[in-house]
Amino acid sequence: MDYFTQQLINGLVLGSIYGLIAIGYTMVYGIVGMINFAHGDIFMIGGFIALITFLILISIGLTAIPVILLVVLLVSMAITALYGWTIERIAYRPLRHSFRLAPMLSAIGMSFVLTNYSQVAQGARVKPIPPFITGGYTLHESPDGFVIQLSNIQIMVVITTIVLLAIFTWLVSRTRLGRDMRACEQDQTMAALLGVNVDRTISMTFVIGAALAAVAGLMYLLYYGLVDFFMGFVAGIKAFTAAVLGGIGSLPGAMLGGLAIGLIETFWSAYFSVEYKDVAAFSILIVVLIFMPTGLLGRPEVEKV
Amino acid sequence: MPAKPATGILSILKTAVINATVALVLFSLMIGIRTEAGSEGQLTYWTRFGELASLVAAVFGGSIVIELLRQWIGPSGAERLVPPAVQSGMALLGRFLAPALLIFALLVPVIFYNQRYILDLSILVLTYVMLGWGLNVVVGLAGLLDLGYVAFYAVGAYSYALLATNFGWSFWVCLPLAGTLAAFWGVLLGFPVLRLRGDYLAIVTLAFGEIIRLVIINWQSLTGGPNGVPGIPRPTLFGIPLDSSDDGLAAKLGIEYSPTHRIVFLFYLILAMALLTNWVTIRLRRLPIGRAWEALREDEVACRALGINTTTTKLTAFATGAMFGGFAGAFFATRQGFISPESFTFQESALVLAIVVLGGMGSQLGVALAALTMIGGFELFRGLETYRMLVFGMAMVLIMIWRPRGLIGHRAPTVYLTKAQAISSDLVKEGHG
Repeated sequence: MDYFTQQLINGLVLGSIYGLIAIGYTMVYGIVGMINFAHGDIFMIGGFIALITFLILISIGLTAIPVILLVVLLVSMAITALYGWTIERIAYRPLRHSFRLAPMLSAIGMSFVLTNYSQVAQGARVKPIPPFITGGYTLHESPDGFVIQLSNIQIMVVITTIVLLAIFTWLVSRTRLGRDMRACEQDQTMAALLGVNVDRTISMTFVIGAALAAVAGLMYLLYYGLVDFFMGFVAGIKAFTAAVLGGIGSLPGAMLGGLAIGLIETFWSAYFSVEYKDVAAFSILIVVLIFMPTGLLGRPEVEKV
Repeated sequence: MPAKPATGILSILKTAVINATVALVLFSLMIGIRTEAGSEGQLTYWTRFGELASLVAAVFGGSIVIELLRQWIGPSGAERLVPPAVQSGMALLGRFLAPALLIFALLVPVIFYNQRYILDLSILVLTYVMLGWGLNVVVGLAGLLDLGYVAFYAVGAYSYALLATNFGWSFWVCLPLAGTLAAFWGVLLGFPVLRLRGDYLAIVTLAFGEIIRLVIINWQSLTGGPNGVPGIPRPTLFGIPLDSSDDGLAAKLGIEYSPTHRIVFLFYLILAMALLTNWVTIRLRRLPIGRAWEALREDEVACRALGINTTTTKLTAFATGAMFGGFAGAFFATRQGFISPESFTFQESALVLAIVVLGGMGSQLGVALAALTMIGGFELFRGLETYRMLVFGMAMVLIMIWRPRGLIGHRAPTVYLTKAQAISSDLVKEGHG
């Protein structure tokens, strides 16, 4: 039972990270109807920028950890968001009225560019950082010596995710930008006729998605203590699985799917085999698509002739 | 990045300055700072402001050039640059290109007999031509987007490798088996994806490809895991080995043994296999099943309304494509003599898909030319090892922007009512329904 609780905590933390990435997939799919294949690599870029900002801040002698974290968060969100904007502008916008395969292939190409760009720029080796946030709480100690740990970093990941989700929900449901986004999702032509700047709204969607992915990258860096240039690929597919599981296009669904994938992966590693945890995650994608193609919270799509 | 249509040197400069500023922010940390893990695991970093400055300058200069070009060519794009006379000349050339290429391919071992490098390269190109033609059945004809094609390639390669090393079966026995096994896996993958719509199909095939690769890596007792399968037997000419032994081909024919014999044999083997793929595809297109594939690509709803069984149609497309992938995999294993999971990554799938798309989706000649261009281009950049995939990715993006319907050709449907319409990849609905 204790082991179970510990895995539950670990799974929820991992699921929060996946959920943050999944929101980027689901938002872009909702608005432009394409799978942003490069989104996993945006997450990786976010992790790298956070790592480099950390290094600079420490080497100039900053010691207050809350200040460091805040600065790193803002810098990596800003720069990664600019990456998202640029990629949309270069690789997707010229193809918006092309056939459906074109943006998909362009996105695959962009994903290769980003992966190899960071390999060339930062080298192929894994980059570790020392643990910044240490300590934690012991929730329960069983007689046979097993200890349930809740570390500070885990608390921080979950709290940050909740706060970001609150801001994000407010943004989508209450602000002008959110209304524009929902309008574009329903009917781009009509939205344009009613004075919505469709191009700008789509750009903002990519910017917000990339910023959330940057937060996920920072969390990943703090939680696992390392980044490497190839981590975007697998994390990207898993986050996409999360988005599909939750019902693509649905924002709460993405978060729910992220948590589900995180839990499944953690429990699979804990009780079955660590080697096959990715196989488990990918199999879930296939199983979900066979038995409930609209996901947990998705709307069924009407087939039109 | 595209700017609003404006003229004048000032607007060009403004665009260039904006682009350079964006580039400066993007590259500032990733290029300007280089991190590396030290000997004790601690990270060190050093600055590279020189590289950063030259990259930003390159973006600045590049955007000026692009803006000038855009104003010079005008909004209608590059089409205007090609006069009609040249276009009709190209069409005439196209008719003779396929036979000419075939004759050239047959003569390659004769012309380049002493150039081992060119022979090896042409075997590689032909392998990708065959893979491209195999995937073309799924993507080009049936219109189902498959991102995990390399899984079938892997199934074929491992089938031959394991059967040959464990049981000593010959290549010619294993080749049909490898194809059958790959086709079986194709049907297995086909079942779940039948109901899938749009890009979901692409992602599921991608996931399937990754599952196969992960299983190969982790099932160490069977596949040797990351270490791969070494010592795969070389192919024989129906039982006669191509080596320097007494019952080898050279001794039997009474000629002096040369290692090139085997390379030439491999060349003709893959050429024959690729041509078989091509021939089967062309013949299948005239059969009801081929017509059904094309109909499925054009309109699945109409297809069902006309009483075509979409389930079997999709499954046969997957199985046929997978079978050719399996054949190519068995050939790959026997040529390399060693296989490991590293040869079957997603990048390979993307490369084959890029060949099919660039070749114009469904055009057999186009796929062959695209394979030649891509693999040849890859070889040109071999010196720039780490930059190769970067250039490949950039090329994919640029080609999609510049000519999303493929570099080389388009393909008319096999049957049509009154006039042939150019059918292109914009009709691919990735398994809509």
